[in-house]
Amino acid sequence: MRYLPLTDADRSQMLAAVGVKSMEDIYCDVPPVALLKETIDLPPHQGEMEVESAISAMAMKNLNAAEAPSFLGGGAYRHHVPASVDAMIQRGEFLTAYTPYQPEVSQGTLQYLFEFQTQVALLTGMEVANASMYDGATSCAEAVAMAGRVTKRKKGILSGGLHPHYRDTTKTISGLHNMDVVLSAPNVSGDEDLMSQIDAETACVVVQNPDFFGHVRDLSPLAEACHDAGALLIAVVTEVISLGAITSPGDMGADIVAGEGQSIGNALNYGGPTVGLLAVQGKHLRQMPGRLCGETVDTDGKRGFVLTLSTREQHIRREKATSNICTNAGLCALAFTVHMTLLGEDGLTRLAALNHAKAVTLADKLTGVDGVEIINESFFNEFTVRLSKPAADVIEDLAKKGVLGGIPVSRLYPDIPDMENLLVVAATETNSDDDMDALTTALSEVL
Amino acid sequence: MADQMDTITGNRGLRIEEPLIFEQSCDGRLGVDLPEPAKVTNRLGGVERKKPLGLPNLSEPQTVRHYTRISQKNYGIDAGFYPLGSCTMKHNPRLNEKLARLPGFASLHPLQPVSTAQGALELIDQCAHWLKTICGMPAIAMSPAAGAQGEFCGMMAIRAALEDRGDARKRVLVPESAHGTNPATAAACGYAVDTIPANERGRVDLDAFLAKLDDDVAGIMLTNPNTCGLFENDIIKIADAIHDAGGFFYCDGANLNAIMGRVRPGDLGVDCMHINLHKTFSTPHGGGGPGAGPVVLSEALADYAPLPFVTHGENGFDLVEHKQGEGEKSFGRLKGFHGQMGMFIRALGFMMSHGGDGIRQASSDAVLNANYLLAELKDTLSAPFDGPCMHEALFDDNFLKGTDVSTLDFAKAMIDEGFHPMTMYFPLVVHGAMLMEPTESESKETLDQYIMALKGLSERAKAGNAGYFHGAPRLTPRRRLDETAAARKPILRWTPPVEDDVASE
Amino acid sequence: MTIKFSKEHEWISVEGDTATVGITNYAQEQLGDVVFVEVPDAGKQVDQGDDAAVVESVKAASEIYAPITGEITEGNSVLEDEPSTINTNAEGDGWIFKMTVADPSQLDELMDADGYKSFLAELE
Repeated sequence: MRYLPLTDADRSQMLAAVGVKSMEDIYCDVPPVALLKETIDLPPHQGEMEVESAISAMAMKNLNAAEAPSFLGGGAYRHHVPASVDAMIQRGEFLTAYTPYQPEVSQGTLQYLFEFQTQVALLTGMEVANASMYDGATSCAEAVAMAGRVTKRKKGILSGGLHPHYRDTTKTISGLHNMDVVLSAPNVSGDEDLMSQIDAETACVVVQNPDFFGHVRDLSPLAEACHDAGALLIAVVTEVISLGAITSPGDMGADIVAGEGQSIGNALNYGGPTVGLLAVQGKHLRQMPGRLCGETVDTDGKRGFVLTLSTREQHIRREKATSNICTNAGLCALAFTVHMTLLGEDGLTRLAALNHAKAVTLADKLTGVDGVEIINESFFNEFTVRLSKPAADVIEDLAKKGVLGGIPVSRLYPDIPDMENLLVVAATETNSDDDMDALTTALSEVL
Repeated sequence: MADQMDTITGNRGLRIEEPLIFEQSCDGRLGVDLPEPAKVTNRLGGVERKKPLGLPNLSEPQTVRHYTRISQKNYGIDAGFYPLGSCTMKHNPRLNEKLARLPGFASLHPLQPVSTAQGALELIDQCAHWLKTICGMPAIAMSPAAGAQGEFCGMMAIRAALEDRGDARKRVLVPESAHGTNPATAAACGYAVDTIPANERGRVDLDAFLAKLDDDVAGIMLTNPNTCGLFENDIIKIADAIHDAGGFFYCDGANLNAIMGRVRPGDLGVDCMHINLHKTFSTPHGGGGPGAGPVVLSEALADYAPLPFVTHGENGFDLVEHKQGEGEKSFGRLKGFHGQMGMFIRALGFMMSHGGDGIRQASSDAVLNANYLLAELKDTLSAPFDGPCMHEALFDDNFLKGTDVSTLDFAKAMIDEGFHPMTMYFPLVVHGAMLMEPTESESKETLDQYIMALKGLSERAKAGNAGYFHGAPRLTPRRRLDETAAARKPILRWTPPVEDDVASE
Repeated sequence: MTIKFSKEHEWISVEGDTATVGITNYAQEQLGDVVFVEVPDAGKQVDQGDDAAVVESVKAASEIYAPITGEITEGNSVLEDEPSTINTNAEGDGWIFKMTVADPSQLDELMDADGYKSFLAELE
């Protein structure tokens, strides 16, 4: 078996060195009733060719965005990832390294984490960012729990424009940090009133910008209202490229930013793994969960990097940890860092402008299609349309025509009759004019 | 004299002193070529960005060179032996990287209509099938993002099950040797944690456990084999006792590599167990992540599994994403979308490559390798428990008594010998712990070299050469780093120099 | 002035109705380099045995418990910038907080200097 270097001769020698006759002697502590005499009922080992064939067969049963015009967003976005990114993350020194607990032989990992933390802080306009979370939804949940610790209050108000997965994850996870999570009705029109809900019990208000339905707004008035009441504003960003075009959440007054970094450096991958972002203002640093990489010097006085402030983490504080989180997104964070380095200030600015222009172009084209009504005044690269028929059915018909048209809102908000005809549509730099025409043509045939 | 022998650049051959990207930025540089955006009226709602972000501008060659150079400062499994106890640093097959990058998976959006993603759901279902079969359990939650989230999932399922039968309980029992995530998770689920001591054989003290068991105990969180690398021989008795008391048995599956194919957790009475795909099933550690922590579940807990989950019916595969129908009793959603798909693909590639026979041989070789280390090193180092061990061998720092060399110092000297050190100071139940897990990926030659090095180092320490160890490592890109300074005055990002400072230089 | 010691390696020095609390030299040695101290706010009410402060080193975090019942009157602000003071002068300038003494009889439950010395000797 190609992954197992030990030969039968090795095994015999080693058993002798251990002083036993067989492996059964070594497994002597296993209750006999639980010890399997034969191998489990699964197919025998296979070579690369056979495994590749079997798994490719499954891959080919999917209609993917590389072969069909695709306009899906909803928290996961298709962007072009430069070829250099994959070449870097496939280097064995990055791919097969462990968490950098021995910093002397992990400066590669630690340096890119330091760069990642800086990039995220710069993008979000915040003072400090951690070395990544599992994903945007868990990052949002952890942000709410953190707000509870900082303010010593229990109420978290979630906007009706927050991605339903983030809402549900927050409910599951921070509900156990003794937080009362207050949900809002879905904010399709973009004009909910959160300010009047803030009171002396409020730990935080969580608002997504651009929101799930695509609306973009200025969060400064809401930030002020929060601060006046002693509460924190948590800004959620699911499309990180939007930060190339709109004012940063930090500049709008956010206290914590929780986001999803998948758009940079990472393919869609059917939604996982991705890279969660968490950034805070410096005074809240010690309440922030997740790994942190810090700068220091070695015994020769040379600058180096180490994991730091670990006393917040589970392996030391145990029951009193800020969270039970252990891993970060590692390689996905590296992909983010490399892609962001290639983009730089100018590249990101242009990429964001490109995305917005594509969405505006698409919106204009869709306006000309009967049975399609655009809801949004404002948007970045994603907006909501109302169709003349239930969106879920329309999407299936579009798929049969080889077009992945968008996300029916009913997929995330089931059983709400008013929302059945709503579709969320995204456009990125990967959508050509031909793609858009394919969508408009297919829609006019289907509606 | 020293100055004349140093290089002028500070570089040393292949090892380059590489600054941060922010220190290499230049206006006008670009690493991507993007077309001009079409001229449109902007719809950004009046919040266009007015300030620069301050991101650096580098070209593609610079970027590639930068990340290549810093990668060369990293140790990885590809480069050498990595006997980190509890981490299962086995070979990461590149076939699995190729499979994860197939466009049919990589370019698939999670919210596409399920009818267009049948192959993806089939893969998740297949991966689930292999894991359930290996573990002998009827159900599985695939969505947890990592081992710690898997623990959380297991405890949440237990909590939901108890609340559903109107029997919410307040305490959870955890052995003192447990990994820190265990009590952290129990606390996060609202439980008070009660610690169970170990006996002299390093296993859970059965009498102490039974004494703490009552009808307010929601469950026990047990690692098996435990964190000392030993199989808990009373495990079935423990399972029966907790079930009799109306509680549940959560098993931390971090050490599954010792028993897969030979023992099924289901046969031991486990109710839920998280699996670390990045440990047992070879998905790459990636410098700290991403991981994946699916949780196998017993019949009693299956209904409470988190959303979403894959079902297989007459019309093909489907996803249950809401608390209705089959998802009605679910305790809720744990993360965005459906789970770590990229890791499922890699894990399935690993499992299919090994097959049932290879899986059994792999765990067997992992255990044999660890016992070989224990047998060869127990007279030089000091082992707190008699063998046999499972997939990892535990030593303590008794052998270093009187040498003024600590476990940490010893580990740093191992680095200069070309090995990544073993896990240090864990588990907490022995002093100066050294936990070594070779995995099945290592040849006898590698183990023999490692044994020889450790024997040599041990002799050096006992000969009184403490200074050698205190100054280690000497041959690495950086020597020991000041972690105190890093924690006292945290510098967690690069900050642009203030204009005044620059002007005054 | 009375100085007493707790089994959790805290010292408490009482002068009149004000008590000053810190950790002992033994405790700081065990912890290693102190990197951060979470000092309690004035006005906080604590019962004997309640969490009052946290002392963090690189590898460990230690809860500091109130050795007696009372109200916190002051936290040592020097520790914010110089947490290392606990390492250099744990039983003097490295004091952590001051508090009122609600029940002087609680002091009788604690060890005196000789008692603490014997206690330490038993630990070795």
